[in-house]
Formats: sequence, C-alpha cells, structure tokens
Amino acid sequence: MDFMVFQYPMISVQACLDGILLGILFALIAYGMALQWGVMNIINIAQGDLVILGGYIAYFMYLYGIHPAWGVIVAPIIMYFVGVCLYKLVINKVVDRDLFISILATFGISILFMQLMNFAFGADVVLANSGYGTTFLFDSAVVLPNSKIFSAFISILFAICLVIYMKKSKLGRAIRATAQNARAAKILGVDTEKVYAATFGINAALCGVAGALISITFTIHPYMGLPYTIRSFMIVIVAGLGNLPGVAMSGMGLGVFEEFADYILGTEFRIGSVFLLLVLILVYRRFKLSRKREYLK
Amino acid sequence: MRVKNILITFVSAIVILFSTSFASFAKVVGDKIILGAAISLTGKYSSNGVHTQNGYNMAVDRINSMGGVKVGGKTYKFDIIYYDDESNPKRAAQLAERLISQDGVEFMLGPYSSGLTKAIAPVTEKYGVPMVEANGASRSLFTKGYKYLFAVLAPANLYLDVAIRTAVELNGGKGVRIAQAFEQDAFSQDVRLGILDAAKETGSEIIIDDKLPKELNDMAATLVKVKQMKPDVLVVSGHTKGALTAIRQIAEMKVDVPMLAMTHCDAAKLSKQHGKNSQYALCASQWHKTLTYKDDFFKDGMTYAADFEKEFGYDPPYQAAESSAALLVFKDAFERANTFDQKKVRDALAATNMQTFYGNIKFASGGQNVDKPMVLFQVMCDGAGNCENKVVAPLKWASAELIHPIPKWSKR
Repeated sequence: MDFMVFQYPMISVQACLDGILLGILFALIAYGMALQWGVMNIINIAQGDLVILGGYIAYFMYLYGIHPAWGVIVAPIIMYFVGVCLYKLVINKVVDRDLFISILATFGISILFMQLMNFAFGADVVLANSGYGTTFLFDSAVVLPNSKIFSAFISILFAICLVIYMKKSKLGRAIRATAQNARAAKILGVDTEKVYAATFGINAALCGVAGALISITFTIHPYMGLPYTIRSFMIVIVAGLGNLPGVAMSGMGLGVFEEFADYILGTEFRIGSVFLLLVLILVYRRFKLSRKREYLK
Repeated sequence: MRVKNILITFVSAIVILFSTSFASFAKVVGDKIILGAAISLTGKYSSNGVHTQNGYNMAVDRINSMGGVKVGGKTYKFDIIYYDDESNPKRAAQLAERLISQDGVEFMLGPYSSGLTKAIAPVTEKYGVPMVEANGASRSLFTKGYKYLFAVLAPANLYLDVAIRTAVELNGGKGVRIAQAFEQDAFSQDVRLGILDAAKETGSEIIIDDKLPKELNDMAATLVKVKQMKPDVLVVSGHTKGALTAIRQIAEMKVDVPMLAMTHCDAAKLSKQHGKNSQYALCASQWHKTLTYKDDFFKDGMTYAADFEKEFGYDPPYQAAESSAALLVFKDAFERANTFDQKKVRDALAATNMQTFYGNIKFASGGQNVDKPMVLFQVMCDGAGNCENKVVAPLKWASAELIHPIPKWSKR
C-alpha cells in the first residue's frame, strides 16, 4: 500500500485527470457493447480484439507515413465491414439463441482474432507516434500527454455523432425500435436482420475508433484485447443498457478508480481491482434484486 | 499350447527389446545427430522464438559445412526436430515429453524464455536428457540442482546490476536512490533480485519498487512518482512492451532522470518506434557484435552479424547469437566425450571451458555460465535520428563513453 497519492495533492489531481481521459475512451468501447447487447442480446467477448484490430489499422497507416490520427476515420470504415461480415458469418446464427451460446461463439471469435493478428502482424508490441506533445498544468506539477486529450476529444465527438444518428436517422430509429421489441418492429416492417448487421457493424466501427486512439496513446499487441472487453463489460453492467450518460459516467468513474488503485495498491493490481469491482457490483446487484423480489412477494 | 504361449511371449519380448533399443539409439542415426527443440513459433514469444530458431539453424549449417562433429573416428552432422510450443509452458512440457519418449531425442536445445525453460527442465531432468539452453536466464533455473541443464547465458540477476554499480561509481562511491518497475514474470523478478542485492552491497536506497502487470501498457502512475521523488536511477524491466511503454511515457511526460536502465531495449526497435526519444537509455545485453571474442566457426561478432544479416536479412539480436553458441557447446562436448552416452556427454558439458564468438563459456554447478559478463549499451542517436547501440560497460569493450547524467528534456 502506498498513500503517496494523498501526501502529494497534485498526484491526486493527476490521477483524476488521467482517469477521466482514460475513462472517456473506455466509455466509447462500452457504448458499442451496450448498443449491441441491448439490440441483439449478445455479450461480445471479442470486443477487445476488435479494438486491437482497429489499433493495427492506425499503426499500419503510421508505418506507411500517414499520420495515425487519420486512423480514427479509416479504422471505423474498415471495421464496420469487418463487423458486418462477422455478423453474416457467425453472429446471425446465434442472435436469437441462449446468451451462453453467444458468449461461447464470441469467445471463439476472440481466440481466432488473437491468433490471426499474431500470425499477420507478429507478436511484437507496437505503437503509433502522434507527436502531439504535452500539456503542463499547475506549474508543471500535472502533466497530460496531448494524445490522451485528443483521444478523449475524439471519443466525445463520436459519441455525440452517434447519439444524433440514433435519434434522427431512419436506421437509428429502426435500431431503437428493434431494441425495444424486435418482434413488434418486424411486424411493423423493420428489416431486423439488416438492423442487427448494422448494429454489429456500428459496434465494430466504434471499436475501430477506440483502437486507433489506443495505438496513439498506449501500445497494442495481439493478446491485449481481453482487458478492454472486461472494462466495457463492467461499465455496461454498472450503467445499464441504452443509457449513454450512464455509460459515460461509469466509464470515467472506472478510469479514476483504476488510476487510484494503481497509485494505492500498485500497478500490478490495476486490472485485478477492475475484476474485484465487477464481482462486488454483481453481488450488490443480486442482493438488491433479491430484496426487491421479497418486497414484491 | 503352453510351448506356443512361451514362444509368443519370448518373441514379443525380443520385439519390444529391439524396438525400445532402436528408439533409444534412434536419434543418432547414420551420420546424423538429431537434437530436439520446442520453440515459440506462434504466440506472444514468436518474434524471439524465431530469432532463437534462426540462431540454431545458422549454427547447424555452419558446423555441418565445416566438417560436422567427430565422434569415435566418425563424422556426424547436426539436425534439429522443431515443434511449436505456442508460447505456452504446458504445451512446451508436453512437447519435450513427446520429443524424448516418442521421437527418441537424446539431446535437447532450449526454448525461448525463462518461463518455458522452467516448464521443460523437469522433463529433461527426469529422462536424463542433456539440454543446452540459450534463452532462459532466470536465477531459479540454476538453484534447483538440475544436473542436465546448461545455459550459455549469464543469469538474470546480473542483467542490470552493472548499471547500479556504474551509477554508484559516478556518484563518488556513495549509494544512489533507485526507482524500479518490474513486470511480474520469472525473468523480470530475477532482474529485480539482482538490483536488490546490488543496492544492499552499495548502500543504495530503493525509493520506488513497482510491479507491472502482464497486460502492461500504461506506467504513468510509476512515472508520476518518479517525477515527484527524483531518483538517481530508474530501472525498468518488462520485456519489449515495458521498454516501449517506458520510453513513450517518459518522453510524453518529460520525466527527467539522470540514468535510465532497462532490459529488452534493442536500439533498432526503440528508435524505429520512438526516434530520438529513446536516446540515452541504458540497455542490458548478453552480447553485442562489437565484442572481441573469437572462435573457428563464426570468427567474431562482426563476422557473425554480417553472415546472419546475409542469410536472414536483419541484424542479429543477442537471442540469435546465444542460440548459435548453444550448438557450438554441444559440438565441443560431443567431441570431448567421444561417445553419445548421455551421462558422459553431460559430464563433458559440465567440464566445458571454451571461447565462442558470443563469449567465454564455463558452467557453474547450477548450470549457468559464469565466465561471461553482461554488457551495457547506451542508445545514441545522430542528428538525423539514426540510433545505434554503443557499448559503454564493461570498459574493456566500450565503444563510446557513457553519457551521464541524461540531459534534461528542456535542454534537448
């Protein structure tokens, strides 16, 4: 245990800002997961692997001399098609089935993606340099890499665009209708098959954006996807489905929680603390539900 | 009827006897000595697994083309059976078992990484199969009393202790303040133990001692502490991802530290990803091509590097060089033992005392090589951003003078 974070107040400020910026990025990935979970009732274990694949797209652009920030436009376009193909090949066969089947299927996709990325891109850890520099605050006591600020800004931008799209566009309304009641939507003429494919594609596209941002901010590696899946799962569980402000708040909360866990417990417990929090929240939810049930009786 | 049964039993016994004896001699057949190796050709260690395989292959071709191995007046050639362990320790142990009991391999070459060597060593030990390994440096491999394990490389605890001693020397013999961050794997934790020993001996103080997770891609928290506590030395060990993450975040957060010492920080990789930001990092290495060791097969480091590049198209990392050295050790031991008896070959290996292009090789009773110091190089870049590893310690081989303290970011 290290309580340095409380001895030096500026470290707390640093931890909070780092956490919030990181959390916004997590929230973007989680929003994709919430969307397709809500619409299709599928828990996508391969979410993190889609993120990493998006990261590799930005990395390859960087390798060929294109600034990796363009990855936030190119990666979602490519990833949208990857998502739609994935839906047509696998997900459409499990969409109305038991949740367990979809978990198994996406777990399989996750393993396949990891191995394919390893095969195609190699096992080296890679990153894309944005060259964005650093922002110093409070007399240089707080340091924020501009790449993190850029990531948070782009994440917010995409989230806003998505919300508007879901509210105003025809497809967005169809997606929302399908999420509310797939059968009724079908009766009223919504092509749910198309809606499902688009939803999975949009989720993959969001993962693509997040991946491109991660390659600019951190590092990517074929086997690094799982922590992103766990984080988004955790955020969605806390926020609930279809609750965008909830996802954003819960994402930022998780980011700050992780940063403080890192300072207090040590970096080695960073991911562990997320798992622990997940278990605690699940236990709490169950407890709350059982009380509600008793009350109803 | 009874006679018939006895006859069948007798014939079966003879068949079994022949088949097992055939299996146990199967792997020195004709003029070939067949060695076995489980290597990470896929999975997270596949890059270094391929370097290891290239190193082995290069040495096999060279030894075979220069007359092979002479045992009992006959000349033999090396051949290797490879299996892919998928970077998975359990799979590696299964494959070692398969190589020995099904393929009848009698001599093994090591896998890549300490973790996988740890998984294989109990198997080779159980069957009494001598294994010369070149990529498992964890100290715990050499304290278990293994009799058939020989490592051509220096143990992990010696990787960065020379950096601490150099820092103390530059500090006028007074102890220094050390911040360290190590991944939680067998190798990095052994490097950490080496630093703890060096700190104790030199009266240095460890002020930050962080452990990094395997999924490491953010060490901002450690670096914020470093900024606040201002240590004299920052030590990071977390394989390539640790080195890349550290350099990226140190540059982004403008962390000023007089000495930055790391493992797995090959200049080519670092500068490809980070350009001049990687400058001044001190890296521990088992080998560098400019060292002046010599042998009859590869001549010296520079010749080895040139030949390797010609064959594989890239500059050899130390993982390839040490893997090639493992074959030279086997050849030497076979010729001295003058037999393929595993026990005698094992004894010959234990008595090894030779020089190769990679360094001197002499095994302690635990199996580690005690005759080869680690080298420390510093990443140095020219104005155009081309970076190179320059050996700065030990002084005997130094090709450049250590730049210390590292210039502050505001002055770069």
